[in-house]
Amino acid sequence: MVTVTDFINAGLLAAGIRLATPIVYAALGGMFSERVGIVHIGLEGVMLTSSFAGVVASYYTGNPWIGIIVAVLTGGLISFVHAVLTIKYVGDQIVSGTGLNILALGFTSYMTQIIWGNRGASDSVQGIADIALPIIKDIPFIGKVIGTHSPLVYLMPFVTYACYYVLFKTPFGLRVRAVGEHPTAAETAGVDVIKTKYIGVILGGMLAGLGGAFLSLSHLNLFTRGMTGGRGFIAMAAMIFGKWMPFGVFASGLLFGLADALQIRLQSLGILPPQIILTIPYLLTIAILAGFVGKAKAPSDYKPYKKE
Amino acid sequence: MSEEVKNNIGRETDSVVTGDKVVFQVIAIVIAFVVGALVLLVTGYSPIDAYVSMALGAFGDIFGIGQTLTQATPIIFTSLAFLVAYKAGLFNIGGEGQFLMGAIAATVTGIYLEGLPGIIHIPLTMLAGMIMGGLWGLVPALLKSRFDAHEVITTMMLSYVAQYFTSYLVNYPFKAPGWVSQTERLPVSAELARILPPTQLSSGIIVALALVGLVWFLLNKTVLGFELRAIGFNPTAAENSGIKIDRGIILSLVLSGAIAGLGGAVEIMGTHKRFIDGFSPGYGWDGLAVALVGGLDPFGSLLASILFGALRSGGMIMARATGVPLDINILLQGLVILFVAAPAAIRGVFRRKD
Repeated sequence: MVTVTDFINAGLLAAGIRLATPIVYAALGGMFSERVGIVHIGLEGVMLTSSFAGVVASYYTGNPWIGIIVAVLTGGLISFVHAVLTIKYVGDQIVSGTGLNILALGFTSYMTQIIWGNRGASDSVQGIADIALPIIKDIPFIGKVIGTHSPLVYLMPFVTYACYYVLFKTPFGLRVRAVGEHPTAAETAGVDVIKTKYIGVILGGMLAGLGGAFLSLSHLNLFTRGMTGGRGFIAMAAMIFGKWMPFGVFASGLLFGLADALQIRLQSLGILPPQIILTIPYLLTIAILAGFVGKAKAPSDYKPYKKE
Repeated sequence: MSEEVKNNIGRETDSVVTGDKVVFQVIAIVIAFVVGALVLLVTGYSPIDAYVSMALGAFGDIFGIGQTLTQATPIIFTSLAFLVAYKAGLFNIGGEGQFLMGAIAATVTGIYLEGLPGIIHIPLTMLAGMIMGGLWGLVPALLKSRFDAHEVITTMMLSYVAQYFTSYLVNYPFKAPGWVSQTERLPVSAELARILPPTQLSSGIIVALALVGLVWFLLNKTVLGFELRAIGFNPTAAENSGIKIDRGIILSLVLSGAIAGLGGAVEIMGTHKRFIDGFSPGYGWDGLAVALVGGLDPFGSLLASILFGALRSGGMIMARATGVPLDINILLQGLVILFVAAPAAIRGVFRRKD
């Protein structure tokens, strides 16, 4: 007989937090991009390329932290390509993002086979070890939920707060928001709209890259073909469900991570079809977009910007 | 309808390639293959051997041509689906969901309406796919016209809903006995005939070709097509001249979904004969890319579908013959899309050289 505590317990919450981590980073990244008025559906490709680059760097240096740095820089670089195509050359944002997603899958799978001779997965590499928080890990229940995790998991709330601080408490954040909401007014007020857009998109890509790095250097310690598995799209959903606000995005990411953990648990228990749970994040996002559960309004109209 | 929604509709058409369209598409494709050649060269393969092997594999004999057209068939449907919505200024990137919902509806209809003669069973099964795909397009249409929810996001999200929902259906209520997540096989009366054995090519390609002509006719020779294009070109002007925009949004997305759904039905009836969980490698997502590479024209869609189909079928032959990793074909697809994404970039490169 399966009881509720068999699947809703500390282990589930801990797994939920772990699964939420890449989503939260990528969603915060998407938020920065959209805040400057550039839709980034290439998040999936950015994450995938970053997970790959991180593994490559760790493989050749033996140091996973170098892997993380390389992954973050790669995320920035890929997003720079998106920025050039959509800002400088006024290319369509959706098309460019789609191209990046497909290119990322092709490139990383191709290179995996070149480097490791295997299409499906890389060799195992040095990953980042979990750390246990003293005292907290011994608290009943709470210790099991948040006591032992990857450093990147513990970094997540701080990065979220930093995003909030940058966006709402610094002159740079004010410029970012102004460029998304009223580019013409921002330009008149002396803001370099184009430069701000570039910074927003690249910063967003770096955050998504960190999410990708978590997958390959903290979660699995190897790269597998298409390992992001749609997390970039879930991140877009989390960004919208969080209404493009750092703490909202953080909370949505946690919620969607928890849903993922729950469906994995249900697979092994066989009491409820896991596929039904998997649809929930998407249905919630549609509901909030339509205004059924509080209206989500985009921070920009995403029109290409041209100097008058 | 609010001003904001109208702006949203109009925005996509801003970036349509104008003038010298064919030239730009071809240049974009050539540049993509040149970059692909560099990747091959750097990783120790001969690009000439690889491309020749790929081309011969895709077009060198009847078998290759049959497999290329088999691979092209589903993306002809999904790219036409994207195109019909795009012409009305709508970005339906949810072709995958509509394709899958059409496929499952056709499968269920095919299996449970057993005993009909093929001449009735086949059209009914296709119709089921069209209706279900159309309904899956109606949802984002209503969400947009009634609640201002942008179709880019809702169609994308609905694709994932469809993916998991159909996966649920073939793992639970419609699962055939055995360990594979798939339905029962369609009865022969609901199957499309193979027309070029031993290749997998089915008469579905004929349906696809007919649809290319139909979509061209609809968009260019009918009042509805004119209205849809008017909405895509300038929604405010269209509304002022008496065109109902809400009706246009709903019609174009339902039509778009129905075309993708028909594609799903044809893919099941012609190629797979049953719904196998995860059978689509992303045909619906490819629709957007193929339509753009095809220059947003029905006949261009056909040519671009054949190109993408050739990359898939020729890529497999090439991988076996030369040892080049198969994923080079996905890499090439991504490059083609990126270079097509920004015509201004190509123009910029060539202007600098002048």
